[in-house]
Amino acid sequence: MAATAKRHDVIVVGAGHNGLVAACYLARAGLDVLVVERNDYIGGAAVSRQLYEDFTYSNCSYVCSLLRPEIMRTLELPRYGLQIIPYDGGCTMMRDGNHLALYDNHDALRREIARHSKRDAEAYDRYSRDVIRQCKFIRPLLLREPPDPTSFKPRDITELLYIGQRFHRMGEERMYDTLRFWTMSAADFLDEYFESEIVKAHFAGSSIIGTALGPRSPGSAYVLLHHYMGDIDETVGAWGFARGGMGSVTASLTKSLQASGGAVRTGAPVERILVRNGRSCGVALASGEEIGAKIVVSNMDVKRTFLDSMDAEHLPEDFVKAVRRFKIRGSSGKLNIALDGLPTFPAIPKGSPAIRGDLHITDTIEMMERAYDDWKDGRWSQAPYVDMLMPSQIDPTMAADGKHYMSVFVQYCPYELADGPWTDAKRAAFGETVVQAIERQSPDFRSLIRHMEVRTPWDIEREVGLTEGNIFQGELTMDQLLFNRPVPGYAQYRTPVKGLYLSGSSTHPGGGVMGAPGANCARRVLADLGRSA
Amino acid sequence: MSTEHSVPHFLKPLLETPFHARARALSQHDSYVPWAGYTTVDVFTSAEQEYFAIRNASTLYDITPMVKYRVAGPDAERYLNHLVTRDVRKLRVGRVSYVVWCNDDGHIIDDGTLFRLGPNDFRVCTAERQLDWLLDSAIGFDVVVEEVTEDIAALSMQGPTSCYILKRFGLEGIETLKPFELRDFTVRGGTIMVSRTGFTGDLGYELWMHPEHALTTWDELMSAGQTRGLRAIGSQALNMARIEAGFLMPNVDFVSAEHTVRIGRDRTPLELGLGWLVEFDKPHYTGRRALLAQQRRGLSRLLVGIDVEGNKPAHNALLYRDRDGNHEVGSVMSALWSPTCKRNLALAIIDAPHHAMGSTVWADIYLNRELVWERRMVAARVVERPFFAPDRRRLTPPADR
Repeated sequence: MAATAKRHDVIVVGAGHNGLVAACYLARAGLDVLVVERNDYIGGAAVSRQLYEDFTYSNCSYVCSLLRPEIMRTLELPRYGLQIIPYDGGCTMMRDGNHLALYDNHDALRREIARHSKRDAEAYDRYSRDVIRQCKFIRPLLLREPPDPTSFKPRDITELLYIGQRFHRMGEERMYDTLRFWTMSAADFLDEYFESEIVKAHFAGSSIIGTALGPRSPGSAYVLLHHYMGDIDETVGAWGFARGGMGSVTASLTKSLQASGGAVRTGAPVERILVRNGRSCGVALASGEEIGAKIVVSNMDVKRTFLDSMDAEHLPEDFVKAVRRFKIRGSSGKLNIALDGLPTFPAIPKGSPAIRGDLHITDTIEMMERAYDDWKDGRWSQAPYVDMLMPSQIDPTMAADGKHYMSVFVQYCPYELADGPWTDAKRAAFGETVVQAIERQSPDFRSLIRHMEVRTPWDIEREVGLTEGNIFQGELTMDQLLFNRPVPGYAQYRTPVKGLYLSGSSTHPGGGVMGAPGANCARRVLADLGRSA
Repeated sequence: MSTEHSVPHFLKPLLETPFHARARALSQHDSYVPWAGYTTVDVFTSAEQEYFAIRNASTLYDITPMVKYRVAGPDAERYLNHLVTRDVRKLRVGRVSYVVWCNDDGHIIDDGTLFRLGPNDFRVCTAERQLDWLLDSAIGFDVVVEEVTEDIAALSMQGPTSCYILKRFGLEGIETLKPFELRDFTVRGGTIMVSRTGFTGDLGYELWMHPEHALTTWDELMSAGQTRGLRAIGSQALNMARIEAGFLMPNVDFVSAEHTVRIGRDRTPLELGLGWLVEFDKPHYTGRRALLAQQRRGLSRLLVGIDVEGNKPAHNALLYRDRDGNHEVGSVMSALWSPTCKRNLALAIIDAPHHAMGSTVWADIYLNRELVWERRMVAARVVERPFFAPDRRRLTPPADR
């Protein structure tokens, strides 16, 4: 076994966005940081891949909103090439040929919703108000370490008081609402505002994306909120594209890291995190090479870190049990499609900007819940929910002129099928199910397909390293949020192994290309080292 | 030059540019602002979307209202060299230069662009009307100065896909045009002059044409750019981009010395951070002596770029030396939360010595939050300008996207 002579201050395992964010903050504080990445390319699940001709695929994560502006500013990501371009529009096409579009212009939106229900058009303002109120409560907690409610340490008590005060300031009615909101189902939540099925179905979409819950499962309302938490230039809930694809996020982070003296090594899969006397002391690569470091930050999810990448003997029994129990169920698939031209969707009126946003074909909550039933039965949804976008309409760098890249996020698709393991034939059949579903709203869609990448949760696990292909590195349910994420007692980025930290989305505040777990982890490491950020 | 207008000025004081019919058709807000005697669009659909088209795709902005003067004659170069602070002798035919001119006290009258169309033929484009000053300055020179604003229709096309769209539009060889270069192009029988100039700090061009070609040019550009995100923009979006690019706006960042009433409101180009436009290694020009004296004396105040803590734009904020707000050291002229830089930017005039690069001052920001005013005293740091300067603005040939 060869050991490289150089011992680093910090090794970060995994060059995903959170690992790179953590690495950037640590390098800026003067530490010698090396990021090791098993793939030959940087980015984890925030990548731009050219898999076919002149098309760029954001083939994992595909839109950006949650990335904290504080992080972009401090790490100077725009200077290193990151440009976030917001998109407007979005639309759910209905089986009867009608549609519901979302428009930026408030008057246009009101008149659009009123086509379906005059009452809902006005209820929409109350809905937005309440969602924004909840976001305003949660957003400041994103870049803070969650306090442990069982701890008497001054830091935990101060943090608890901070949250308690903010909570209390909301007033009685809103406090009740918050508690209900964090635990109820999206369907129940939307019922409190809207009467029209299509309006409810449109908004319910974000309550199931990436999660193994249905719109009627308790806890799904929070997932809806999680997708609203982001903003672009203070427009709450706005989503955008990273110019050049999601890989631009990690490319700019890499440049920022290099400018502060850090480095990334690709094609260097970690076999084991090395522990000596209860302390992490480096990593062993699959090649047999060992790299020493005082501190190891794992950007892998909690299961992959503790169950696959280290010996259980270094860990307390209860901790291992809790990690095993951590819910990280694969439920989403992804199609990346190169199109010869812009497909027509007869349901969307000509000239409407709706086509530039996120497109959906599930027009009732019932249909969504049925799609979830299929997942529970161990098969992909026969009538899947899709979150479909063609970023090339806005970002000219994604495809040649007149060509289009389409990203289709598919809910639900199981990690394990009831009838045995995934095969190439089953993957193709899954892709075909989705194409057929889209085809029902776009007759010329199939004829425009020039290349298609189909990814199941199993593929995502294999290629990206996310356990079960779960995009959030763990379900976003109340039992796995805040001080419970990933494991009660270990929600502050530390682990039972001294010198080993977690920076991935398995930690607070969870998934999405947010960067907050990475930033919070770096702050914890620096505090433990007695340094300031 | 005399142009007949159908509705008399006492009923309709503002003129319409040759592109107005198209602009009106695209305007979703009926939001217009007057600019140099013309009615122009403030916002078409949403300022944000229009702004992002500048930084991501491509945009058309009607710059016809820019006041344009033709300066020609055997003494044209000598005359202009006497007028402006830069050395016009160095400006080659086919090039454009950003210039300022001052009065005898070195106080700035206006800034503008100077196009050298031929050895003895120039065009000056300005924001403000200048004929009086230009003619007074011409005494003793063999030169003709005439206003040609209404004779030339102009469009600014800015954004990363603008070169690609102009190629598709039919401007052969446009990709070889370097920054601050100008060239005539023949397209569909007509001639269009194109300069690689603009007010956004991004890749971009300005197109100058005869008004009778205006509408067909607009239509053909729009159709060439349709698949590459080309959209018309109004002045709000442009203003966001120009702050990121660090460009000054007359009557926002400074007042022309021809218009100031109060003492101490005049600014010299040195004070506005335009020292790079002021050359002393050339024959005498208006304001030279005063500027030289000021340069020797040092600046008591300077317009600089600042990066303000937090994300609330520091509109009209007064700046203080310390957090307690007792000692005033300057004020903000233009402010913007920059959607591209993700920084809270401002252009501010700050007293010495607090304007030094890296210095910290305190900005007093007032926020109206659901009709309740809140006050924030936040730190602001003097930083490099321009705030946003992508490589693509200089790259020749430019990328297609």
